[in-house]
Amino acid sequence: MDSKKLKSFISNNAIVIFLVILTLYVGFTKAGFFASKNLMNIAANVAPRFIIALGVSGCLITRGTDLSAGRMVGLGGVVAATMLQRADYSDRFALTAGLPQLPLIVVFVIILAMTAVFGFANGCVATYLNVPPFLGTLGMQTIVYGINLVYSGATPIGGLREDYTAVSSGSIFGIRYLFFIALAMGLIWYFMYNHTRYGKYMYAIGGNPAAAEVSGINVTKMLLRIYTNAGIMYGFAGFLLAAKAGGASVNLGLGYELEAIAAATIGGVSTTGGIGTVPGVLLGVLVFELLKTCMQFLGIDTSYQYIVQGLVIIIAVALDIRKYSVKK
Amino acid sequence: MSEEYILQMKDICKSFPGVKALDHVQLNVKPGTVHALMGENGAGKSTLMKCLFGIYQRDEGTVIFNGEEVHIQNPHDALMRGIAMVQQEQAPIMDRSIAENIFCGRYPTKKAGPLTVIDHKKMYDDTDKLLKEVNLPFDAKAKLSTLSVSQMQSVEIARAVSVNAKLVIMDEPTSSLTENEVADLFVIINKLKANGVSIIYISHKMEEILKISDEVTIMRDGTYVGTYEAKDLTTDIIIQKMVGREMTNRFPKRENVPGDVVLKVEDFTSINPKSFKNVSFELRKGEILGVGGLVGAQRTELMESIFGIRHVVSGKVTYKGEELHIERPRDAIQKSIALLTEDRRATGIFGVLSISDNVGVASLDHYIKNGLVIDDKALEKVVDDNIEKMSIKTPSHKTQIQSLSGGNQQKVIIARWLANNPDVLILDEPTRGIDVGAKYEIYTIIADLAKQGKSIIMISSEMPELIGMSDRIMVMCEGKVSGFVEGKDATQEKIMALAAQYM
Repeated sequence: MDSKKLKSFISNNAIVIFLVILTLYVGFTKAGFFASKNLMNIAANVAPRFIIALGVSGCLITRGTDLSAGRMVGLGGVVAATMLQRADYSDRFALTAGLPQLPLIVVFVIILAMTAVFGFANGCVATYLNVPPFLGTLGMQTIVYGINLVYSGATPIGGLREDYTAVSSGSIFGIRYLFFIALAMGLIWYFMYNHTRYGKYMYAIGGNPAAAEVSGINVTKMLLRIYTNAGIMYGFAGFLLAAKAGGASVNLGLGYELEAIAAATIGGVSTTGGIGTVPGVLLGVLVFELLKTCMQFLGIDTSYQYIVQGLVIIIAVALDIRKYSVKK
Repeated sequence: MSEEYILQMKDICKSFPGVKALDHVQLNVKPGTVHALMGENGAGKSTLMKCLFGIYQRDEGTVIFNGEEVHIQNPHDALMRGIAMVQQEQAPIMDRSIAENIFCGRYPTKKAGPLTVIDHKKMYDDTDKLLKEVNLPFDAKAKLSTLSVSQMQSVEIARAVSVNAKLVIMDEPTSSLTENEVADLFVIINKLKANGVSIIYISHKMEEILKISDEVTIMRDGTYVGTYEAKDLTTDIIIQKMVGREMTNRFPKRENVPGDVVLKVEDFTSINPKSFKNVSFELRKGEILGVGGLVGAQRTELMESIFGIRHVVSGKVTYKGEELHIERPRDAIQKSIALLTEDRRATGIFGVLSISDNVGVASLDHYIKNGLVIDDKALEKVVDDNIEKMSIKTPSHKTQIQSLSGGNQQKVIIARWLANNPDVLILDEPTRGIDVGAKYEIYTIIADLAKQGKSIIMISSEMPELIGMSDRIMVMCEGKVSGFVEGKDATQEKIMALAAQYM
């Protein structure tokens, strides 16, 4: 590889390279990093984040964004938690205390339907009302948070059913269910993006919205589906996160969209549109989780971690844009 | 350095990927004169001016302005040196006042204590004076959006005047002006001349050119034809010099035989009152209908309206006897109509996607198995067939289309539409920005399609192409159909005359 190609490779993948070096350093100098318990932890953290990033990826690929992701995750988690508390829990949530114990799958579907509706609303605002997704989803972010506050009154919800928390803590052949769930979603989305018209039309709209219209693609319908699917994924992740944490509060998911967007960008989803893959998104999410874990193992205070994460986000997007800016 | 010329451009060359836009072009402008720059669409006039004004950088050649050799880097540099440009497509700041638009980037300032603030009073006063000088009855404080398009154009001209330039380039300055406004413009131009300012005037309007210019430089196909005194020219001589080229075997033999009428367009009128009106024409099976006219004739707008990209306020499209209701491109595509758009970068190619994706995007519905999965194998075969049939030069199917040459990109888009097996193909400037070799290949494809019985509408601004490829030619002017010419009787002079008929 000649020097120009090498330079270009390094600059295009700078953050991944940095993380590989950092991970190796931490792994070989800190005890327990490469232990299976830690690796399983990392995988368990990656799973729900990956699902959120999958949802956002469609919005990013079509030159939009979704800043309401985090709050939707929170609402999904909270509502799920209120419906899946132990019958004998002393501090049951008032509104749902009278409900019968519903099967997990029923609650799961209800959550997905709920966040799907919000996602659809985001899509309508972006298409029929022509509000730029950045602003539209920003507004939705606050609305969803408000709804969560109204619903839960900012009370933390605990005392979850064992079959619910088992979704996260359970494992088969030593590998946690979460891993398989994320794997399944990854495979489904990979199929969607690469082997269906949905995927092809999505990339086309992102690549050139005007040409997509001329080519006969129903751009409005596609965007509605993309934002609705995103909403579904956020509810899914919220459902998993509440199970994982054993409870949920109105703060669940706060700020998760920034990390999801940064992870997607690190993984190759471009702000210019039309570019991005499922494996890339997974890589980006992994990079972010490794970054957090490395900082923990290095004993860096959580407060400083925010600064580092923010820097990584800015650098990731800057490097991405640099790839596509052409000198006239 | 002689004082004889305010501007000398010598041996200017400029190439874009696959196209030599300027080939040793000369331009010499005397001080205090109006120098017209003429040529067909694509002759290189705008490119030459953009090189002068710093929007493009020339590849070769010398520019001497006001006695010294210059290398203008950008428009700001040009303005600072005393060259102003009034472009065809301006980008005014609608919500700000006329004064702010005129003084954009060079607001008069004054000191308020330690701070430097904008001197609004001076700005408005100067604007009022300027507007009076150029005879524009507007209020300096009025928002630009309150003006009509032609009034905005006048403001642009006023701005060029206010910059105190020694050279003003005007690119199609009268394209949206009424007769009275044109007369006012000429008064301004003459005033500028009296002050020693030179004007480079680009226009297609022959009558105007002959009225206002002192000298005329004619370009053709990126080359310099010559410079003449306006008083020695007539419309006929200009046309002949602009188009005069021999018709060698640039076009394939055509074996198509036009049959019955398949498409009827009746009384098509755009929703935009400044666009096309009452357009009617017929298209026969296996026919190539050329559509000629000058920039601004509204040909593209007409075809985009038929295809559902733009809206009409009245009009009927009948296809094989059935009246069509086309609201959006999807509807047209379903009825077997295809449109190859004029600007492939803007509305044609998906730059970052592969050749395969670019070919398949409009016909995926035909390549589905089990109701959901795209049949990649079948699609790849279609791409392969097209790459071979049309000699598309590409390293692989997965190559990003934006790394292909213009000609090959165009072939990919044609392949996209052919994958749907349309009956009617509308091609808008199918060989624009494509080198001679690739042009011939595309002509061959078009001729073959017509022979197969497909009906083709081809908008073209290149005379030889229009005449060499069409069975019949419809000429438009200022949004109206000015006439039809049979292919075998067509001459460049006839078409040009029709193209300029209502100007």
